Parts: sequence; structure tokens; C-alpha cells
Amino acid sequence: MSTGVSSARATDHGERVDFGRRVLVLRRRRIAVRLEWRSVIVCVVLALTIAFMAVLALMTGSYDLGPGQVVSALTGGETGLVHDIVVDWRLPRVVAALVFGAALGVSGAVFQSMLRNPLADPSIIGFSQGSYTGALIVILVVNGTYWQLVGGALLGGMATALAVYVLAYRRGVQGFRLIIVGIGVSAMLESLNTWLILKADLEAAMSAAAWGAGTLNGVSWDRVVIGGACIAVLLLLAAVLSRPMRQMELGDDAAASQGVRVAPARLGLIVVGVALTATVTAASGPIVFISLVAPQIARRLARTAGITLAPAALVGALLCLAADYIAQHIAPVPLPVGIITVMLGGGYLGWLLFTEARRRL
Amino acid sequence: MTALIARHDGPGNVTVPGPRRRLTGLAVALVALLVLLVLSVMIGSTSISPSVVWDALFHPSADIDQFAIRDYRLPRTVVGLVVGAALGVAGALIQALTRNPLADPGILGVHAGASFAVTVAVGVLGVRDIQGYMWFAFAGALIVTLMVLALGSTRRGRSPVVMVLAGVCVGAVLGGAREALQQTNPDAFDAIRSWNAGSVVGRPLDLVWPILPFLAVALVLTFAVSGPLNAMVLGDELAVAQGVRLARTRILAIIAVTLLAGGATAIAGPIGFVGLMVPHVARWVVGPDQRWIFAYSVLLGPVLLLASDILGRVVMHPGEIPVGIVTAFVGAPVLVGLARRKRASGL
Repeated sequence: MSTGVSSARATDHGERVDFGRRVLVLRRRRIAVRLEWRSVIVCVVLALTIAFMAVLALMTGSYDLGPGQVVSALTGGETGLVHDIVVDWRLPRVVAALVFGAALGVSGAVFQSMLRNPLADPSIIGFSQGSYTGALIVILVVNGTYWQLVGGALLGGMATALAVYVLAYRRGVQGFRLIIVGIGVSAMLESLNTWLILKADLEAAMSAAAWGAGTLNGVSWDRVVIGGACIAVLLLLAAVLSRPMRQMELGDDAAASQGVRVAPARLGLIVVGVALTATVTAASGPIVFISLVAPQIARRLARTAGITLAPAALVGALLCLAADYIAQHIAPVPLPVGIITVMLGGGYLGWLLFTEARRRL
Repeated sequence: MTALIARHDGPGNVTVPGPRRRLTGLAVALVALLVLLVLSVMIGSTSISPSVVWDALFHPSADIDQFAIRDYRLPRTVVGLVVGAALGVAGALIQALTRNPLADPGILGVHAGASFAVTVAVGVLGVRDIQGYMWFAFAGALIVTLMVLALGSTRRGRSPVVMVLAGVCVGAVLGGAREALQQTNPDAFDAIRSWNAGSVVGRPLDLVWPILPFLAVALVLTFAVSGPLNAMVLGDELAVAQGVRLARTRILAIIAVTLLAGGATAIAGPIGFVGLMVPHVARWVVGPDQRWIFAYSVLLGPVLLLASDILGRVVMHPGEIPVGIVTAFVGAPVLVGLARRKRASGL
């Protein structure tokens, strides 16, 4: 792959002309990718942090391992117990945390860019509560299998997202209305969920409640592979569809004047965003607030003007892995990862409100 | 906000209902409340005739229906009355104080604060009686009220959306912390499970009496600040010009909200949306005068709560739905409707 570097160059007269941010352009035949240097560096640093965190997560557990053992197990140098612990027991969970976190980060980035609102998030607009309701009905009423649960969660979440969107629609969707309607519908579904759990017998209620908190317990290789394959396809789609995102952030008219077909582009992005969250929710229960937080942190790290997908995905993966590590190893008893993310995310949202949303909203 | 204020300011722009209509409305609300009180005692898994109710109250005997009334239906009705009144007034007060038509102790996270504090008290500190944990409910409610007011205030005043979001995020953090606490401490989970659903069932009257003096104080405070709050609708400067002491009014109002919402939560657990709906109904009837809104809320709060409780008993007969779930199902559409209106009903 040949690379060409263009950046702000000094002119002949010795004055520096500002060409904007330094960018890295990768060209190969008819495909050219333009990357900002700062984003590239941030992504590399994030990837290194993730690798470090992943090795740490693979080391820690009731049977502690050294970093050397982990690396050699991953490269096929170990057999027996160490191999089983690292590759069969701990690795699926780490991979799941990374893949699901990345999916949530991208999903949040797409939503926030689409709705031009830093608070737009699938969990705020009722998606998580809706998919929980769908899953509860499958678990408690139909007593269905795992795949029926996945279907129920998808259906419940999509139906809720659609209902919130329609209820908030009044000559266009305004961020404020969407959020308030989402809060109302979530409150209603939450009380329905409470009641469903109250009515159920204890054992079913406990397993349903564990799912509802969002947990990576019991993640096995086959679920990770299926979920990961879906997510990989969706992430690819998101990368392709995200090209007009920057123009669309300027407003529909401006984007249309630059040749973007706004309506199909938006529909495609929203479908991909919902599908990403839905896949994660179906696999692990609603892990909330990562999709809210990751794009914002990524934007601040990379100092980009808008929301960018790659840093958001990496921050999402790191957050999910770190939250799962805290939930498993630092809390006095193992907790569902969703409880940690809700506390971190809620705290972050408070900070966001305190520092900037109250100037801009 | 300025548009809302201008509406009351402009000459001839407001149709203020006359005193006759207000008094008639108050009488109607009172009658509705009395009817619901009687119905609440009569209706349940077995219906009991009014004459038996009368006998149970004034000619006690060992009859099984009388037993049901005295030990179950009556306490539940009294709890509904007290909690409903407290929540209704708390909602009216917090809407007046924040000038936010979407404010509600539940939405603003006050319930979450109270229930987190109670969970800590019951689960970690081993407090088991209401005299002990009601102080925690008050403290939790107070801290969250202050936090949400601080987070939700912008430089240009208070934006309804930012305040609601602040409430949601404080509620989310405390909810997550409470859940984590319950997972780590199964005993606490068990002790507090029924309380967390938000219900008026199985709360003996002994739970109500210790809270009652606090609620009474809060009610007195509420009516004491109603005049200044009326003046503050015109804006802080004009209110000061009329002799209102802003800081004192706000502090008293916050204390009253804390006592009302904390007390109601200590008795019944988190019940949402009553505080949201009641003041809006009151405003439609009586207009913007806070004194009347508070008076109506005292009556309409229990009307809504008792009606929801009775509805919860009738819908799933002979089983029942906890009242907190019924109010959420009635209240959430109201919130959605309010958000869809061009501007939420004036304050």
C-alpha cells in the first residue's frame, strides 16, 4: 500500500498557510482514504491500551496467571489447564466485551450524528427497556429457548424505538421531544417489567433479572462467533454508509446541496445503528450508556469537529472491557457489567450536563 | 420561559376562574375523594357492602369481613390518602419552585435518592424500623433535590429539559448503586423487595403515624411559601421588588418538598407520576394561583392515587397490580402528551 503524506506545508515566502489539520492519505488504485493524524495516533494509543487491558483481564481470575503464560497460550505455546483457562474460559468473555463494546460505541456515534444531539442514545429513547420487555415476555410467558429470547428482545426493542419515534414526531423530530417521550415510554415499560418479574416464580425471575442488568456471564464461543459475525457485517455497513455523515451534520438542506441523498442515507444509518444495539442487547442484555459515552469521549480525545466512528468503536470496546473487569474482579461480588456501565455513564452524563450541555441545550 | 411569564403578565390575557368556580371545583374534588375512600374500603378480592363497612367502623365485631376491613382495607386506604396528598403537593411545589411543567419527584430522581438511602440503611446499617429509616429517606431526598437543582440550573435560568436530564442521570446512578448493593447483599434485597415496587399494600398504620407530623409541617410550609412563589412567577427582580425574600422562600420550599417526597417514599416506596399529573389538572381548573393549586393538589393527589389503586384491584381481579405500576401506565401517556404540546401547560 503506497502512502502519501500531505500536511500544512511552509510556503516559499516563509509564512505558514493553514491547510487545516494534518492528514494522512492512503491510496491504492481507485480507493483513497483520508485520515487525520491525530485520529490515527489516538486510535493506535487506544488499541495498545485495549491490548494491555485484555491481557490483564486474561490474567486475572480465581486462578491467576502471568502475562507470559497468557501470551504463550494465545500463540499456541501452552497446553493443558493454562490453555483451557485462557482460550476456552476467559477469551470468549474478553472478545465479547470488545466486540459488543465496539458495536455499542459505533451505534451511539451513528445516533448522535444523525439526531445532532449529544444525548441521543438507544438506552435513553427506550430501546433497552423495550428489548427487556420483549425478552421478559419470552422468558416468563412463553418460556422460550435462547433464540426465541433473542427474537423477542429484537422485536421489543425495535417496536419501542419505532413507537417513541412516532410519538415524538410532529413536523419533524426534535431532540427535546424525543428524549422526554423516551423517558415517559421507558418509565412505563420499566413498571411493566417490574410487574412481570413480581408475577413470575423466583427462579425464572432471577435469571430474567440477571439478563436485564446486562451481563457477559455465560458467554461461550458459539454465541460470540454468531454475534461477532453479525456485528462485523454491520460495522462494515456502517463504515460504508457513514461517508455522508459529515455533510448531514450540517443540516439536511446543506447536505442535499452537496449531492447527498439525505432520506435513504439517514434511514440506512438508523437501521444499522438500531441493528448494532439490538444484536448486543440480544446477546448479553441491555448494556446501557456505553453508546452514550463512547462517542463523546472519542470526540474529545481525537478533537474532531463531529462524531467519528473508528475512535468511538475503540473507546466503546475499552469501556466495556474495563467495566466488565471492574464488575468481575474489583466489586466485592461479581456483578452484571450493566450495573457498572449505568453508574459510570450516569456520572458522565451528569458531568456533561454540568460542563457543557447546559450551555448548549 | 419568557413566553410563559408574559402570558400571565399581559393585560386581559389570562382567564382567571372566579372564586365560585374554584370553590365548586374544590367541593367536587372533596366529594370525589370521599366516594373513593368508601370505594377503596369496599372493593377488593371480595366486595363488601357499605353497611358492613359502617358496622366495621362503628360496631366492631369478630366478623371476617370486618377483620378484612380493619386490618387490610382501612390501613391501605389511609396510606393511599396520606401518600397521595404528599405526592400531589410535592409535585405542585417542585413544579412551582423550578418553574418546570415536567417536574415530578419521580422524574427528578428524588424517589431514587430516597430509596437508595433506605436501601443503604436497611442493607448495610441494619436499620429495620421506620423511625430509623425515614431519616435516611429524608436525607436521600434532600441531597438529590439539591443535586438536581444545581445540575439543572443554567446561567440563563433553569431549563426544563436539562433539569429532567439531570434527574434522569442522578436517578440512573443511584439506581445502579442500589442494584449493586442489593446484589451484594441478598438479605437487604429480601427486606426491601416489596417496598421497592411502590405500593400501599401491607403498610400497617404504625408506619404512617411517625411520618404524619413531618408531612403536616411540610404542608404548613407549602402554604406559607405559596404567596412568595406567586410573586416569583413574574421573575426574580419583580418578586424582590414586591418584598419577597428569594433565598428564604427557596429554602423553605426545598425543605417542604424533601419532607413530602421523602415521607411518601418512606411509607409507600417510589410511586411516580402522581406529582406530575395532579398539578396540571389543578392548573386547568384554577389557573396560575399557587395557593389554589396547592389546595387542589391536597385533594386531587389522593383522588388519583386511590383511583389508581382501585383500578389495580379491579383490572386483574382477584389478583392486583401495585399502584406504582398503574400510575406509571396512566402517567407516562400524560408526560408524552405534555411533551407533544407546543408549550407545556403554563406555570
